[in-house]
Amino acid sequence: MPARILRGFWKLTWVETKIFAREPMGFIGTLAMPVVLFVLFGRVLGAGRLASAAKVSLPFNPAILAAVVIAINAVQSLVAIISIYREGGILKRLRATPLSPVTILGAHVVVKLAFTLVSLGLLVLAGRRLFPGVMQVNVFSFAMAVLLGTLSILSLGFVVASLVPTARFAQPIGAAVLYPMLALSGLFFPVNRLPRALQALAFVLPTTHAVALLQGVWDGSGWSAHWLNAVALLVLFAVYTSLSTRVFRWE
Amino acid sequence: MVDKRPVITVSNLVKRYGHTVAVNDVSLEVFEGEIFGLIGPNGAGKTTTMECVQGHRVPDKGTISVLGLDPRRDSAALRQRIGVQHQEAHLQKRIKVWEAVDLWQSLYTRVVDGDALLTRLGLEAKRDAWFMTLSGGQKQRLFIALALIHEPEVVFLDELTTGLDPQARRAIWGLVTGIRERGTTVFLTTHLMEEAERLCDRVAIIEHGRLVEMGSPEELVEKHCPERTVVFTTDDANIAERMQAMGIDVAAVERAQGNASTFTVRGEGDDFVTDVINCVAREGIRVRGFRTEIPTLEDVFLKLTGHGIRD
Repeated sequence: MPARILRGFWKLTWVETKIFAREPMGFIGTLAMPVVLFVLFGRVLGAGRLASAAKVSLPFNPAILAAVVIAINAVQSLVAIISIYREGGILKRLRATPLSPVTILGAHVVVKLAFTLVSLGLLVLAGRRLFPGVMQVNVFSFAMAVLLGTLSILSLGFVVASLVPTARFAQPIGAAVLYPMLALSGLFFPVNRLPRALQALAFVLPTTHAVALLQGVWDGSGWSAHWLNAVALLVLFAVYTSLSTRVFRWE
Repeated sequence: MVDKRPVITVSNLVKRYGHTVAVNDVSLEVFEGEIFGLIGPNGAGKTTTMECVQGHRVPDKGTISVLGLDPRRDSAALRQRIGVQHQEAHLQKRIKVWEAVDLWQSLYTRVVDGDALLTRLGLEAKRDAWFMTLSGGQKQRLFIALALIHEPEVVFLDELTTGLDPQARRAIWGLVTGIRERGTTVFLTTHLMEEAERLCDRVAIIEHGRLVEMGSPEELVEKHCPERTVVFTTDDANIAERMQAMGIDVAAVERAQGNASTFTVRGEGDDFVTDVINCVAREGIRVRGFRTEIPTLEDVFLKLTGHGIRD
């Protein structure tokens, strides 16, 4: 029994991976866009500023911006896919098979995390090639932080996917919810300089903790100094996941 | 042909959506090896009834048993034994036909050979095609394939041929009768009376959530629309009187071209058409055209509900 469930899970994950790779726009947008963003900002700042960003963790760090954009793109693509699948009755049809609901949605999460890793790999390669000496960060630690952040934002994505009325609205609503999170994340101005209400909002958004954790990994203070952010990401993941099990719509 | 072992039993099913009663006290039985059709206009409650039977919706009242299982409580066991096709369903746009078959095969304990199934459904040339490139009929055939992949004992087909052209529709009808010939019970819904008449061993007419009537199409026609109509064209001017003299009701006489007239005669019962033929033969009436009109399920529906199926 569990063997068959596992087999179905990997089959579905693999099929969804192939399907995603066949969609040129989504594929290029997910993999190439964050890298291009990183390279452009890196060029504008110049290698010198980029290197000092690595040391003192300036509030604005293009590598972290690109990493968070990778996560947000993954979530936006998930929201779009879920709403298209719901509208087309694909979710309903999959649910009529012996696949469990968790398996159906879990496969999409795995696909998104896998593409996040590939995209991150491209980012690191581009950084090493174009800005030598800048990417001193521990890549494994950085990747783990991006994965944890993406997972947490994905769980919020399922809540957003439940609120999207039709597939047509998936893109604009996804963008309207996800991109303002970037502004509050501490990437552009420190969170403690925001008004109190916005600080409180920033606190329950996964991007804020993802950015703090990534900055910590980047400046070398590491997970131990930012374990609270890691815990916050896990707690938010649990909260958003349980919320989405209540509000998620299959049809 | 049909042995009378029920595989689906629905008793006093009620399903509400807010204040709307979608299914109101429906009871029915589907027997092993038959094609059973739930027929009625769009919004009558056909799909809701079917989805309660499949275990996808929770009834507000009533009991349902499918293959001796409770569709809600035993849903995992039931999913291995029933096959479903949903109304207006889609798959992932860019999934290939063989990938869908392969994925579905991985989900069931006992499966049939995928390539043989695709060949049986005429999809072997489309193995590597993306779902989005298939025609409407091909998509429906793929959904039939996915519903049959695990050799289910009961197959549910919801509005299988809606939106298909007549040719594709006929091809699908052939496949559905093929499913029954292999011993699988078929539970389908349709708003096409011709489809129900061609395919179904028994039908249940449902309207505004209520079950109006149930039986074989022939039984229902015989019970509710027993009248037979014979229309013939002849040059014989006195035929109306001669028919009436024999006790045959002449409903209408219309003049056709020349001196010919078209007669419409109506009556009830199995013997009526024979009576008319005998009369024509005995009286030596020369007829140029002769046709009988036998009522259909469409007429039964009209009679029972007071309106046509498409109103």
